[in-house]
Amino acid sequence: MTDPSFRTIERADLLTAETSEGPQELKPRSLTDQAELAREVGAVLRLDGRTLDPTSIDVERRDDETMIINMGPSHPSTHGVLRLMLELDGEVVLRTKPVIGYLHTGMEKTGEELSYVQGATNVTRMDYLSPINNELSYSMAVEKLLGIEVPERAVWIRMMMSEINRISSHLVWMATNGMDLGSTSMMIYGLRERELILAFFEKTAGLRLNLNYVRPGGVAADLPDGWQDDVVVICDTIDARTYEYDELLTGQPIFRDRMIGVAPMTAEEALALSVTGPLLRSTGVPWDLRRTMPYLAYDQVDFDVIVGTYGDNFDRFAIRLNEIRESIKIVRQCVDMMPKGDYRTQDPKVTPPPRARIDESMEALIHHFKLFTEGFHVPVGEVYSAIESPRGELGCYIVADGGPKPYRIHVRAPSFVNLQAVPLLMRGGLMSDTITVISTVDPIMGEVDR
Amino acid sequence: MIALPPNAPSGVAVAEGLNTGVSCFPSRSSYHAFVASFREDGFELCADLCAVDYLTHPGRELPEGVSPERFEVVVNLLSLSRKERVRIRVQLPEMDPRVDSLFDIYPGSEAMEREAYDLVGVLFDGHPDLTRILMPEEWEGHPLRKDYGVGRVPVQFKEAPGPR
Repeated sequence: MTDPSFRTIERADLLTAETSEGPQELKPRSLTDQAELAREVGAVLRLDGRTLDPTSIDVERRDDETMIINMGPSHPSTHGVLRLMLELDGEVVLRTKPVIGYLHTGMEKTGEELSYVQGATNVTRMDYLSPINNELSYSMAVEKLLGIEVPERAVWIRMMMSEINRISSHLVWMATNGMDLGSTSMMIYGLRERELILAFFEKTAGLRLNLNYVRPGGVAADLPDGWQDDVVVICDTIDARTYEYDELLTGQPIFRDRMIGVAPMTAEEALALSVTGPLLRSTGVPWDLRRTMPYLAYDQVDFDVIVGTYGDNFDRFAIRLNEIRESIKIVRQCVDMMPKGDYRTQDPKVTPPPRARIDESMEALIHHFKLFTEGFHVPVGEVYSAIESPRGELGCYIVADGGPKPYRIHVRAPSFVNLQAVPLLMRGGLMSDTITVISTVDPIMGEVDR
Repeated sequence: MIALPPNAPSGVAVAEGLNTGVSCFPSRSSYHAFVASFREDGFELCADLCAVDYLTHPGRELPEGVSPERFEVVVNLLSLSRKERVRIRVQLPEMDPRVDSLFDIYPGSEAMEREAYDLVGVLFDGHPDLTRILMPEEWEGHPLRKDYGVGRVPVQFKEAPGPR
């Protein structure tokens, strides 16, 4: 019993040693300093969004009045491996601290070891629900560094695929959100509709999830024969079914009770916390990069930016539901306006020679071999390119040193940043509402941890 | 070329790439005040913050008057009202990679600064909770540094279990 590492009731700290994360963990109030406490209650912004207001933090509460519990990382409603430390007073959440990193696989480090050609296979695995958007952000950054223009057809294919991907991502969100609130029918319907889209992806790119379809210089393959019919069927089916979701969820009293007025956020708070995407738009800020800083050909299509008012759970739900409809609108216009031409740039530095040339030309074979072993060289420079992913601003910062591999690749993951809003949204809410808050913030853990 | 905010500290180099955007290069001492002047000038959102280790790529292009150092912290600011982006790059020496935290200007930079500390090992003065965020707490080293041994297995000279 003299062993100091032996767990006794006097050394209660040792009882939790096995699950402890050390300083990453939520600590009792007596061990937490003022600034950290303020962040954990989400009181990072008051008045002009800059100053802390100590009076709004109930620091005088004693430790034995509250309970710190751990939720996750393998909780079914945390959408993966998100772990939350919650301080509770009865049923009310006082402080929250998200603990992340359980899915960290060092993708930014891996990206430094892959050539620019291979890089798209890496980034597509970050946000696994919207792989096209990840590839798009990466490819646009590389193209900016190379200074190449993408053919018009490739631009429109990218735009159409990215919008179809946005629909499928929001459908999975609708499905899991329904699941979290106990509506298992929504879970089945959401995944059923997404299956249509995944089948189309398989037909186009050969894969269902991690597509590697958008690459620097264009897209991997042209759209398959008869793609218009498939896309029109997807649009018609999902468009009609969004009205079924309306009946199932939007007007349903139980669902409304759980969503309306729960976890509101103001625009100042959202901006100070760098929150983007549907979360920011739900607070009434009409900020959508597709409209405000157009990329691809978004300035040539007609769509609405959906904006909420109260920034509560219901606004976030309604925005995503209506964004599905807006995306369908864009996809329909893409079908009508799809130009003819090349689906990838004909710049021989980036694009391999056509298959037929390889059979008859030694130089073409060498060129093809060099492109896929060594890769193309990108001029020295650094660039940040951002697009609007289903979750917010998805940025890609690439530093190039003139070689065939990126010197540094950093992805600004919208889920990672949006997760900072969780302590603020949870504060003062009920324990049962934490589920809906996590759900409506919509973190994809593959992207959070990268 | 964008106009710098009226009350920005003077003597900050600005460079604009062909299609890579505007970069500003404040010194370490003027970095915090420089970012704060942008915040007052309508840049509401700190879009991104990351750190880069330039150990094996020293010959990068920098404007005159900016001496290259090993570490660089890159901040991307976004103005919603003016629809503009600006990039701020601050040089940090190898032996003392320490810079003021932006937490009091942009609370949303908190997680990004923790990530920069965790993966590159840059220290942020004034950050409320500078702990590891992605790597395990007991992890040694900062993985995105260029001299970090990838796949290195620490050798155990004692207490290593035998084959049986």
